[in-house]
Amino acid sequence: MSSLFEIRGLKSAIEGKEILKGFDLTMGAGEVHAIMGPNGTGKSTLASSIMGHPKYEVTEGEVFLEGEDVLEMGVDERARAGLFLAMQYPSEITGVTNADFLRSAINARRGEGNEISLIKFVRLMEGKMKELEMNPEFMHRYLNEGFSGGEKKRNEILQMMMLEPKLVILDEIDSGLDIDALKIVAAGVNAMRSPERSFLIITHYQRLLNYIKPDFVHVMMQGRIVKSGGPELAERLEAEGYDWVKEELGIVDETVGQA
Amino acid sequence: MSTPTTSFGREAAAAISRSKNEPSWLVAWREEAGELAATLELPKPEKTPIARWNLDVQGVHRPGKAVSSPAELPQAIASLLDAQSDAPVIVQHNSSVVFARLPEELKAKGVVLSSLEDAARTHEDLLRAHLMKAYEPNEHKLSAMHAALWNGGVFLYVPRGVEIEAPVQAILFADDAEATFVPHILVVADANSRVSVVENVTSSLGETEATLLHNGAVEVFAKAGAHVQYAAVHHMDSSAIDISYRRAVLDNDARIEWIIGDMHEGNVVADTLSVLKGNGSTSDAKVISVGTGSQRMSLTTRAVHFGRSSESDMVTRAVMKDEATAIINGISKIEKGATKANGQQTERVLMLSPKARGDANPILLIDEDDVKAGHAASVGQVNAEQVHYLMSRGITRTEAERLIIYGFLDPVVSEIPLEAAREQLQRILERKLG
Repeated sequence: MSSLFEIRGLKSAIEGKEILKGFDLTMGAGEVHAIMGPNGTGKSTLASSIMGHPKYEVTEGEVFLEGEDVLEMGVDERARAGLFLAMQYPSEITGVTNADFLRSAINARRGEGNEISLIKFVRLMEGKMKELEMNPEFMHRYLNEGFSGGEKKRNEILQMMMLEPKLVILDEIDSGLDIDALKIVAAGVNAMRSPERSFLIITHYQRLLNYIKPDFVHVMMQGRIVKSGGPELAERLEAEGYDWVKEELGIVDETVGQA
Repeated sequence: MSTPTTSFGREAAAAISRSKNEPSWLVAWREEAGELAATLELPKPEKTPIARWNLDVQGVHRPGKAVSSPAELPQAIASLLDAQSDAPVIVQHNSSVVFARLPEELKAKGVVLSSLEDAARTHEDLLRAHLMKAYEPNEHKLSAMHAALWNGGVFLYVPRGVEIEAPVQAILFADDAEATFVPHILVVADANSRVSVVENVTSSLGETEATLLHNGAVEVFAKAGAHVQYAAVHHMDSSAIDISYRRAVLDNDARIEWIIGDMHEGNVVADTLSVLKGNGSTSDAKVISVGTGSQRMSLTTRAVHFGRSSESDMVTRAVMKDEATAIINGISKIEKGATKANGQQTERVLMLSPKARGDANPILLIDEDDVKAGHAASVGQVNAEQVHYLMSRGITRTEAERLIIYGFLDPVVSEIPLEAAREQLQRILERKLG
């Protein structure tokens, strides 16, 4: 198998409006790809469509994880197959503690009869929370309820670290984080980098890429990738903005779905 | 709408009282209640036509068999109490109290835990000063019937400054659908005392044509600075009707915490009221319910503020399945003069079936300017966004919905102060939620 993750000609719509207009991307195992682009170009739609959010309707295209057809799977099956999306706006769920939630998620992967022991689970969770400098009391807090923006982002990374996915999508994980929190989150991601695991990092700003070095940088406009390069592309975007890309490609309005 | 006619009255009430050798003051008191029962109308809970329910039921006096150790109690309630511990507990079986246990150390401090029937002889003054002063016989037909017929019952007195650590457990159990099952629980917490009570109402009726009427009442009097936590889990067979009026009267700086699981399988009228009489008194009421089958429920929480700087918070959360109906009323009333009072309430209903019905009716009645009050109410289905979030971590849809539904009720379940009662509530939830 040549690639870990492959997206071919993906088209996706929300409320009948097409946002992704034929998106292609191939990622090898162990690679870190960054997707940058102005607001409204379809970056979050890409993340949500891959994960199978019910509001997004995939109308065309294919997505493969290790050769398996992701779009044929239910949302939970995608996760168990190794897909993980760190969400921009994680849900708050009253009455479900962070620990109960994560234990259910881990056990869903392990299957009946092979559940993780409570003591092993607690040790694992405590260890990962320490790495992310999270207050141990967050273990028994209700899921994301009353968490600050930064705490929610850290909690997403905690889930990633505990679930050990194959393909991680980080959707604007840097938004709402101060520089110290950003460094901690980036350290968590870097600790997870391995030859078997790939990362797709969606961000507005190059700042995050100072801490998580990408192998490839893609610019997204009008619902597809319009330019690809190495880390130097991100630096140029940070310094000069997106206008030069638009000029080079003759794009007038970079956004999608803004009729 | 017609009120069921009943042959019950003054003479019948007195006759039952005399047959149980009750003290003469109580016989006279019951006579009056019997007379009221013959004349008063049924209460009219919002949008719940209880006149159609089979409430014209007096039952017959069927005392349970008194036992000297918990091991001899009916098997059906064995799981509800810890036989090894010596924690305070009292058990009513059908029409009478059959077991009571209070550690010597608490007796020595002046704590009283007995049947209300016994207390009518041993603590006449305390009873005459408190019994049905918060829930009065003349409110309606059900309160009058309750006054005339209450049996067994629980009297808990906690003297000034005494703190009881282990929760006091009251188990009210019926296995005879024809029995008069009318327990009254009276808690008098004297100044600066602390106590938790856990009440379980349960039944094991089997196949029966009869309707068991649980016409129960709870009165809590928290004197200045006293803190009372009152948890109740009600779960009876669907052939039973659960009528439960709960009242707390709070003096200065007193506090009540209600933690209620209205989990009954049949029709329910539950009305939980805190009267914040004293300055600085506080009330926190948390109620959960699961409606299943075709049951009809009227669940009301109320707070009435008289005291300055008194505070109340009420939260009701109900999960509705099948064709069940719940009318959920929250009433926060702030009287003139209750300056700096704060009354808050929330009603949330989770609908799991298109045929179920859940109405949330928040009401604020405010007669004073310098106060805070607020309410929030919602009726909705399991949140699709939340389900998606959980599924995106590999959890199946069924398990995700289960986590969300149980989570919705957890803020009350996790606060039940007694492990056996908490586990009982979990078992009931698993049975009702499937």
